[in-house]
Amino acid sequence: MSSVRQKREIPGTAVFDGDLAQKGYALNKMCFSFNSADNRAEFQRDEQAYCRKYGLNEEQESVIRNRDVLGLLAAGGNVYYLAKFAGILGLDVQDLGAAQTGMTKDEFKAMLVAAGK
Amino acid sequence: MAKIVGGITTSHVPAIGRAIAGNLQQDPYWKPFFDGFPPVHDWLAKVKPDIAVVVYNDHGLNFFLDKMPTFAVGAAPEYQNADEGWGIPTLPPYAGNQALSWHVINELVEKEFDLTTCQEMLVDHAFSLPLKLLWPNEERCPVQTVPVCINTVQYPLPSAKRCFKLGKALGEAIASWDADLRVVVIGTGGLSHQLDGKRAGFVNKDFDLAFMESLIHDPEWATKYSTEELVELTGTQGVELLMWLATRAALPGKVRKVHTNYHIPISNTAAGLMVMECAD
Repeated sequence: MSSVRQKREIPGTAVFDGDLAQKGYALNKMCFSFNSADNRAEFQRDEQAYCRKYGLNEEQESVIRNRDVLGLLAAGGNVYYLAKFAGILGLDVQDLGAAQTGMTKDEFKAMLVAAGK
Repeated sequence: MAKIVGGITTSHVPAIGRAIAGNLQQDPYWKPFFDGFPPVHDWLAKVKPDIAVVVYNDHGLNFFLDKMPTFAVGAAPEYQNADEGWGIPTLPPYAGNQALSWHVINELVEKEFDLTTCQEMLVDHAFSLPLKLLWPNEERCPVQTVPVCINTVQYPLPSAKRCFKLGKALGEAIASWDADLRVVVIGTGGLSHQLDGKRAGFVNKDFDLAFMESLIHDPEWATKYSTEELVELTGTQGVELLMWLATRAALPGKVRKVHTNYHIPISNTAAGLMVMECAD
């Protein structure tokens, strides 16, 4: 049974509720650790060992390895912590937006500009 | 007694930190955003606040999912900014005002808000960047601060209605503080934006403009929406308008609109700015 019920279906959107917070705890804890430069360096030296240290499951290890943004969200990742992982890769939130919507970054940026007209 | 001089609400997009560090204020992309601020600087020079109470949401610097408070109030002598992992420069520490912090804590708990109190607290870009935008020329922020943090990371979030009540109680607490000091309330975040999911990049100009207008003439307007309705209307991060709502609620009585700015896009965000002065 679901711990928190999402009452509304919002297209293309999942709120980060208790279910996702439980499912993604290890993944988010690892990404939270990336606030520290030493931890970022340790991750970059051996990604798999660092994932194992935080107890990521197979799905979570795989989406980290594949830089799969929608997969990271589905595996319980929260965007605020995932942004720290993206930072290691030199990606900003517009790169993430492009990756999630299937656009190029330029297309994604143009969509935002158009929304402001 | 302390006097609330008014409120300022502004977006807190991390990319602003990079733009400030790179001195890009007059770059064509950034100009429409930064040009919103000189009138705010003029207003601050006129009303001369001693203290800023900053209502913001932490993004995984001070709080993690191990302990996630719905409402948290800082009670530290000083607040440090720190590395958030994606490389914007860390800003110098902020002076606290522990007397006001504890007065606010005592009053809010008395009014049945069950707070988390923080004698140590890191403050992230949602706290540091708005203060830098308001006082750009001083190396250190020239006013003392009291951070008030509202959870927007993990659901359930406090409702708009609840945040409005918190803001109202916060304003009453400040106004009942026995100190001859001037306080500005600052709310950071929003307006509409969504970073995550297939709907990433969603903004809603019509809603944002209606919301900004409501803060002047019908401040409780947004409290009719549930959190999920707000997410649908404004995006997963647009829900940060809760900070704006609490800030408006902290201002006693009617307010006068001093200044507004609104620009799409800054990064993935519809950037909003508003200055409201207490009418009395």
